[in-house]
Amino acid sequence: MNKPVTNILLVGVGGQGILLASEILAEAFMLAGFDVKKSEIHGMSQRGGSVVSHVRFGTEVFSPVVPEGEGDILFGFELLETYRCLSLLKPGARVVVNDFRIPPPAVLLGQETYPEGLAEKINARFSNFQLIDGLKLAAEAGDPRAANTVLLGAVAQYLDIADGVWQKALEKMVPKKALPVNLKAFQLGRSL
Amino acid sequence: MSTEILSGNEAIARGAFEAGVRVASAYPGTPSTEILENIIKYPSINASWAPNEKVALEVAIGASFGGGRAIACMKHVGVNVAADPLFTLSYTGVGGGLVLVAADDPEMHSSQNEQDSRNYAKFAKIPMLEPADSQECKEFTRLAFELSEQFDTPVMIRSCTRISHGKSIVELGEPVKGLPEPKLVKNPAKLVMLPGNARVRHPLVEERTVRLSEYGDSWSINRADYRSAAMGIICTGVTYQYVREALPEAATLKLGMVHPLPKNLIREFAAKVERLFVVEELDPFIEEQVSAMGIAVTGKEVISLCGELSPGRIREAFARAGIITKTIDAQQPAQEKLPPRPPNMCPGCPHRGVFHLLSRANAYVTGDIGCYTLGFMPPLNAMDTCVCMGASISTASGIVRALPREEQQRVVAVIGDSTFLHTGVNSLMEMAYNQAPATVIILDNRITAMTGRQENPASGYTLTGIEAPEVNIPALCRTLGIRHVRVVDPYDLEATRSVLAEEMARPEPSVVVTNRPCCLIKGEGRFDRSPVLEVDSDACTGCRACLRIGCPAIEWLPALDGPKGKASIDPQLCTGCTLCQQLCKFDAIHRAGGTK
Ligand code: SF4
Ligand code: SF4
Repeated sequence: MNKPVTNILLVGVGGQGILLASEILAEAFMLAGFDVKKSEIHGMSQRGGSVVSHVRFGTEVFSPVVPEGEGDILFGFELLETYRCLSLLKPGARVVVNDFRIPPPAVLLGQETYPEGLAEKINARFSNFQLIDGLKLAAEAGDPRAANTVLLGAVAQYLDIADGVWQKALEKMVPKKALPVNLKAFQLGRSL
Repeated sequence: MSTEILSGNEAIARGAFEAGVRVASAYPGTPSTEILENIIKYPSINASWAPNEKVALEVAIGASFGGGRAIACMKHVGVNVAADPLFTLSYTGVGGGLVLVAADDPEMHSSQNEQDSRNYAKFAKIPMLEPADSQECKEFTRLAFELSEQFDTPVMIRSCTRISHGKSIVELGEPVKGLPEPKLVKNPAKLVMLPGNARVRHPLVEERTVRLSEYGDSWSINRADYRSAAMGIICTGVTYQYVREALPEAATLKLGMVHPLPKNLIREFAAKVERLFVVEELDPFIEEQVSAMGIAVTGKEVISLCGELSPGRIREAFARAGIITKTIDAQQPAQEKLPPRPPNMCPGCPHRGVFHLLSRANAYVTGDIGCYTLGFMPPLNAMDTCVCMGASISTASGIVRALPREEQQRVVAVIGDSTFLHTGVNSLMEMAYNQAPATVIILDNRITAMTGRQENPASGYTLTGIEAPEVNIPALCRTLGIRHVRVVDPYDLEATRSVLAEEMARPEPSVVVTNRPCCLIKGEGRFDRSPVLEVDSDACTGCRACLRIGCPAIEWLPALDGPKGKASIDPQLCTGCTLCQQLCKFDAIHRAGGTK
């Protein structure tokens, strides 16, 4: 496309806080003065299914979904779901992944195995790759549930958006009680 | 003026507020649910859940006849339920403006079919607007009320999953001022649709459609943009955004009103472009009408009739048809087979044990729409039919009539509390009345769970969380004429099994009601998480019995302790429901901390 739109995908499993993370992103882009659109499917996917959230920003954004093969940044909350979504990305896209697995039903039942070496396989296709121990860093920040904010911080390194804007977006979207932990988690992610 | 990022549903709610709506009613259904959940942010609107979509529309009709602006919201399949009043409402017209929002679900992300609601607008002869982003959701909602009053007609707004759940920037406005106060005005000739009156109204409806089409020719929400004249594309709603993205050079005629079509505007656009296309999701709704006008147009020949569109799919389709050359090479999806990740009932879900028992009892299960539809998935595999809301009971009632006696005993209908109140009550009335010998299980989890935990007339709370009288489901069933109504605790597998066995054997209609709340309703003591369970790996023999209930909290560790493997429970996910413990013959599952 000739219009400079940046395409971000957030992928993982229903219940991991993907919706909130994508809302914080979108809020930050709006505050930074961009046009922004986002979209994801919920409903059935709340019950532990795959979730893909699309966030797009630029001077003017049309479609709320990222066209296949045009994703610029992928934000992975879970390894298998990240691997499943690689075809949405453009060659050379940036991939930031939480080192975390949630076994799908067939694996829980012992009928299939969780594929091995996913991080290496992703890295082989996308050299702009970063693997993060989100859980550990979130625990360091004070709450393992803030892993998504750690990831957000890690992705923020690659987005040209001022600190104050992120701060504002977090303040608006995160419940007051959880704000200090999330701000810390964000900083930990950002300074990786 | 302030801006916010809103979903389409939030923006429709905002539009209703800015339009001065007085009354809002809906039955929850993905992707429409959040409209009402956001409307309650505006206390000037009286908003409530109705037991089904027909009732919701009728509540809106009442408010409109009383002179207030009113909105009813539903998903596409809900319009089927509401169709009866809708078609007559087209004849009566409105008092205060009336808007019906129908949210379609192309691709069936969470629906049982992918019908195209635009056909309803044409069928019922009423105008339909289709917004393309959240800003338009808000604007079009306001405009729909004006149009409704100006043309004395209900107006439909069609959304779709990507619009309803997509988010974009919206400029907030002020609510309109100076709307008339609601009051009772008698006008039976217009509002009592007996044949004599209805015959007078029908020609007015036809004339209204002609006037609306002419109005659409110059209405600014229908907009032609001439870029390159080589290719002109008619599109609406989210499809417009996909077209702008996929084919940026193409001229577009973006229709904000999809019914009736602005015929003169379409002729004018067609004359100015070299080749005319329609890109539309699902049915050839516009294409067929444009063809019937005698205009050469390409549509479904290129674009699929099934599923959701996207910029990528549009580009693919145009490239495949040789209309454009391919610009982007699709990436390779993963080569190896990856384990799928379908949705699953939650850990501790009160439905899980019931499905386990039904599957063990080799029951033939007629199912319904709700979380429990997931009982169809392995390892439970306990659902044999699922058609639409309320159909489980009537299907069971019908199937037993065709079967020999021994087979009749295997037939069990399962239905949730909300679905039972939606349209299951009528079906159960039929079953009792005709004494069809099937068993009905009402999975009463105290909430409308599938759409995200909305209250209903049996849950004891209203949309806004105010306490309300609860429908007594067992008593209601008895009133309908069911003589055998039993209440069971679905966490007690043995008790539930024996009740089911007795009722299934009974050559009469019977109802079993389960009484555990959905494990996602927190607060008010409605669901209390018990201490989690753990597997004693010394006692675990690797028999896999606990895996048969398919709880996401139980994982099989094949490599643990020798060749057989062992079960393990994730303490983060377990709710302590004890179902797995009841299945373990070797007493290997205990409350964490060693106590039994
Ligand atoms: S939301 Fe409630 S009813 Fe639905 S699967 Fe989860 S526990 Fe069961
Ligand atoms: S007790 Fe067993 S079945 Fe119930 S949630 Fe915990 S692991 Fe799942």
